[in-house]
Amino acid sequence: MSTFEIVMVALVAAICGMGSVLDEGQTHRPLIACTLIGLVLGDVKTGIILGGTLELMALGWMNVGASMAPDAALASVVSTILVIVGHQSIGAGIAVAIPIAAAGQVLTIFVRTITVFFQHLADKYAESSNFKGIELCHFIALLLQGLRVALPAVLVAVAAETGLVTSLLNSIPEVVTRGLQIAGGFIVVVGYAMVINMMSAKYLMPFFFLGFVVAAFTGINLVGFGIVGAVLAILYIQLNPKYSAQSAAVEEIDEL
Amino acid sequence: MEEKKLTKKDLNSMFVRSWFLLGSFNFERMQSIGFCVSLIPAIKRLYSKKEDQKEALKRHLEFFNTQPFISAPIMGVTAAMEEQKANGQPIDDATISGVKVGLMGPLAGVGDPIYWGTLRPVLAALGASIALTGSIVGPLLFFILFNVCRLATKWYGLKYGYEKGTEIVSDMSGNRLRKLTESASILGLFVMGALVSKWTSLNVPLVVSKYTGADGKEVITTVQMILDQLMPGLLPLLLTFLCMKLLKKKVNAIALIFALFAVGIIGYWLGVLA
Repeated sequence: MSTFEIVMVALVAAICGMGSVLDEGQTHRPLIACTLIGLVLGDVKTGIILGGTLELMALGWMNVGASMAPDAALASVVSTILVIVGHQSIGAGIAVAIPIAAAGQVLTIFVRTITVFFQHLADKYAESSNFKGIELCHFIALLLQGLRVALPAVLVAVAAETGLVTSLLNSIPEVVTRGLQIAGGFIVVVGYAMVINMMSAKYLMPFFFLGFVVAAFTGINLVGFGIVGAVLAILYIQLNPKYSAQSAAVEEIDEL
Repeated sequence: MEEKKLTKKDLNSMFVRSWFLLGSFNFERMQSIGFCVSLIPAIKRLYSKKEDQKEALKRHLEFFNTQPFISAPIMGVTAAMEEQKANGQPIDDATISGVKVGLMGPLAGVGDPIYWGTLRPVLAALGASIALTGSIVGPLLFFILFNVCRLATKWYGLKYGYEKGTEIVSDMSGNRLRKLTESASILGLFVMGALVSKWTSLNVPLVVSKYTGADGKEVITTVQMILDQLMPGLLPLLLTFLCMKLLKKKVNAIALIFALFAVGIIGYWLGVLA
């Protein structure tokens, strides 16, 4: 790998790492992170396919409240490097992604603990109404989150080329890699389960079963499902006595 | 005394700064520095005395945590209250903090299911299903659509919060947000149902019966064929329910994924899965 490529990997990895703490532009999602790394390493197609596969697995990973999701950024970046530079199969990429995501989560917790130091520094700057100081605390903390992914990514990129990682990965028996690939096909249900639990309301579950049955017996694609789902939601809200009764009450108040 | 007012430029600056709300997320006060940094343009405009600035900065370095997109209307409301305070209205620190804390919980309760529970999984699944074919359209579609929704929420949310000022608190009790959350859940659940059926692959090639038919061809019936006749996607559905149950029992998601990996490896080894 050229120096330029390594610098670019570090840069993209840093952007993905910052994305995973910001949760704004979604650069940390496998779909984006794998594609970007693929682009930098000159094999965007492999990046996209790996990204799509990992994205389906990570569908339910989300930071809600104080709880933290496994780190999709580090997992995506490192597994894409291994697949493209280390000449591994997509299956092997999936296999390494999950343990890396777990390790990334630990790293994130570590950095979020270090950041407490910046919190207290910011308090001190507030005492002297030092605007620049507080801003600096904020963005240095963000930079640390970028380094959290960039440093491991560069290490793996350099190691992957020496063949060390490749031979290590190649020594995994076929029953394991093939088994992991099979598991990759249905492991997405964990993500689905997390999303469903989050929206969990027993009385809304008929909509889930309706979606399941319609998909099982028809060939409608996801865009179609989105439209049908939206129509169903609108109809439900319009016809629901829960809402119409209350809006009637509001009208009565308005008339008074 | 001349009335102090935030300019359009201040709001623009707050809008851009709010993209970095979570930058210094920490376990002590979570998004507190991010919130403070987002409000700095307003603080600078409204307070000229060092003592007032100090008080305002300290006020916004308190604990804060909400869904990041939905933070925009809270910042708008807070800025409006700071503006009133700077113009001599009798608003004390506790009122401003109270409104912030009062809004962050319920609004996160609306924002989490809409953005993390519905919008992102639906768009990501759509993008991923296209990406599996190797097309760049998949990631692009996800990135653009999601960010358009995000930026629109943040921009209009900030303006709405600022214009409505403290009024937004009473608006919260209205039906509109509940309707929005519920519609999002319906759409999300419907699409999830489709995903469980279509975008999972679980194949049990175990042979149940094997005989030579009248035409001399060998007829093989596998477990999967019987299951497909009953209901395509039945096994993924049951597996989903099992995962939901376990997750509710506080089983760690990563542990669950590892367990399913083991199921895959052992299943392949035994010849039950392919």
